[in-house]
Amino acid sequence: MLRFCLALVAALTTAPAWAGEYNLAIDRRDVNVTGHPVSSITVNGQIPGPTLRFHEGEDVTIHVTNRLKEDASVHWHGMLVPAQMDGVPGLNGYPGIKPGETYTYRFKIRQAGTYWYHSHTGTQEQAGLYGALVIDPREPGPVKADRDYVVVLSDFKEENSDEILRKLKAMPGYYNRGRRTVGDFFDDVARDGLGATLRDRLDWGEMRMDPTDIADVSNYTYLVNGRSPQQNWTALFKPGERVRLRFINASSMSYFDLRIPGLKMIVVQADGQDVEPVPVDEFRIAVAETYDVIVMPKEDKAYTIFAEPISRAGYARATLAPRQGLEGPIPKRRPRAVLTMADMGMNHAGMDHMDTGHDGMSHGATGPGGMDHGMSDPKAGMDHHMPGMEGMDHRHGMDHDMPAAASTESGGPPRGWANASTPAGMKALQYSDLRSYKPQTDTRPPDREIVVRLGGNMERFIWTLNGAKVEDAKPIELKYGERVKLTFVNETMMAHPMHLHGMFVQLVNGQPAERLPNKHVVNVAPGATYSVLLTANEPGEWAFHCHLLYHMAAGMMTKVVVARMSSEASR
Amino acid sequence: MRLHYLSIGLGLAGCFAGAMMAAAHGGGDEFGKPSLFWAAGAEIDATNLDWLDDESGTLVTWDTFAWYGGDDLKLRLEAEGEAVDGKADESELRGYLSWNVADFWDLQAGVRHDFVRDHLTWAAVGVQGLAPYFFETDAHVFLSENGDAALRIEQSIDLAVTQDVFLEPHIEINAYAQDVPELGVGAGLASAELGLQLRYEITREVAPYVDLVYQRALGETSIIARSAGESVEETTLRFGLRLRF
Repeated sequence: MLRFCLALVAALTTAPAWAGEYNLAIDRRDVNVTGHPVSSITVNGQIPGPTLRFHEGEDVTIHVTNRLKEDASVHWHGMLVPAQMDGVPGLNGYPGIKPGETYTYRFKIRQAGTYWYHSHTGTQEQAGLYGALVIDPREPGPVKADRDYVVVLSDFKEENSDEILRKLKAMPGYYNRGRRTVGDFFDDVARDGLGATLRDRLDWGEMRMDPTDIADVSNYTYLVNGRSPQQNWTALFKPGERVRLRFINASSMSYFDLRIPGLKMIVVQADGQDVEPVPVDEFRIAVAETYDVIVMPKEDKAYTIFAEPISRAGYARATLAPRQGLEGPIPKRRPRAVLTMADMGMNHAGMDHMDTGHDGMSHGATGPGGMDHGMSDPKAGMDHHMPGMEGMDHRHGMDHDMPAAASTESGGPPRGWANASTPAGMKALQYSDLRSYKPQTDTRPPDREIVVRLGGNMERFIWTLNGAKVEDAKPIELKYGERVKLTFVNETMMAHPMHLHGMFVQLVNGQPAERLPNKHVVNVAPGATYSVLLTANEPGEWAFHCHLLYHMAAGMMTKVVVARMSSEASR
Repeated sequence: MRLHYLSIGLGLAGCFAGAMMAAAHGGGDEFGKPSLFWAAGAEIDATNLDWLDDESGTLVTWDTFAWYGGDDLKLRLEAEGEAVDGKADESELRGYLSWNVADFWDLQAGVRHDFVRDHLTWAAVGVQGLAPYFFETDAHVFLSENGDAALRIEQSIDLAVTQDVFLEPHIEINAYAQDVPELGVGAGLASAELGLQLRYEITREVAPYVDLVYQRALGETSIIARSAGESVEETTLRFGLRLRF
């Protein structure tokens, strides 16, 4: 009897043994989303590529065939894989995939959730080489849904993807169509007075930076699952059902503010990892992040999924509808924010303590107390006559998407990077809301802190980590098993979605140590300082970069090397 | 074939060569392989001088550039000049190696060749970059084969009227360390040019413009001009096209 029981237990724990085989073919094809065919890079003939559905525990074999005339690669974003399977050319001996060749990836799936894949070669991701990747958990997870949709947001451009980078190098303001004009100057004088306006202009001029530079590349067509706003991708539901939407921001350069007017969204996963449910009205999704939400549409009508890029140059639109062919209203478009001196971490309002960096950094490990003083001020981010206060809030809080009422009533654009013009009373997701559903198993304090300064020069379109471009960068070397704190100090006026391959980082967001959320992308707001904790438990060379494609291509990347001690390596 | 056409031709050839080389280098597949880029631009305009007191004919001016290279080091070619009724008054070609030495500044060293007057060749060294408050700045010292030294400083700034219309005040100052009789200039400040360009960017690449330009000979040079019966100042309204690639 005992033997039988043991056998039964053994059978239950080992089975089912999944092993799947998948084929992806990368090819250049004409894709028509803008009204005429545009030469793009497709996976199995489509943009986005096919959604890969894996099972936790599965041994997957993925054959990727390159039918381009150039080298290609596929990287599994957010996936825990052996380093040589990570798909970054030049690391771990991975050569990329030569034209006409097939590369076979083999790895065991060690996680569940919503992830994605994309090229890590040149600018192919912008040209269309991306797709979703969904892993069903071994045990049913905490999230129940009647329907389950992948919603891939992306930015599509008719220009050749390499040519975009060249133009940014040749004419850095090429895509900025939100410059402050002579007229804006007089508007600002009328509102803020001549002295304040002049000082503002001189401050920016002294730094040779443009406060309207919030997205380097703009005027995209924004897609949902490869469909333009006109093509209106539609997901069906029956009123009363629970619908899971797996949002993936597969854009090359675009952050979105996303809402579904009329529906609360309950955030249940961030970056593929279960989090305690957070009901929100909207969220800002950084490039390469994913958020899974549950919505429960009750009415028999169409709801609009509306995602505005922070440049506000267009929008992505999709529809949740009880039947095909229905359309909800397009919500009122929101204004584009203008950066303030506070986004640069500098202003004249007497904030010298900020320069020490301590207030901005030390809050994380100690618990929620440190977070609150940034958010308890209901005027946070609203009072544009006091840009200094605004800046303090950004830097103290982790909330890159702090709710702030639109400041347009008094005229002028909303001030500050984080200002999404969220209406009063509406809840926008904040990083500090995220609590890991499963307790963290490693809650050790870090052995050491590694500071990573995010830098750049918009005039030359050069972007750096610790002052170095990728070709000059010193790798970050970690010992296997080591616990470190990575502290990102954003010295630029742009947000940077920092992505580490191969391992999750625990975002230090003011939650208790065992509830810190796992992230593969951490958005670092302009002028802000955020920390993450990392357990270096995956040996190999891992790319570590800003996930804005053209920042990475312009140098904002290095590698993190996790090395076993020599005695371990020989085993 | 007039030499100034050659200089324009060389500039354009540089663009094409740059484009070809950049295409050949594009899409690096190694981790951290630096990329090379290119850019080119031109401003070509024309005006009728007949309404001036002492001049006549059609004045054409050109100012073109092309570069090829990486973030740290670029090869840069520039051609600039002016012609009246097809006859060049000024025409020079400059070639620089351009090093990025500070965030906003390149140090440049190279040669300049004049295709008119004494066909002088000059050694050139200077800086190019963006000064605080967004002033595009060029400042170069030239040393001719005869041992004469010259200084040229140019600045301009773009003011957005709308997202497509830009007002660009610009200034150029030339000075010499000594009299250079063959060029008709005297020691000290020799000439200044002030302009106000209004341009409409149909695209970022193609922008027609009007440019109101006031030029004046200064100091010793103005005395030389006057004694030669030439005017010392001139105001022109020019109609042109700006190209950027």
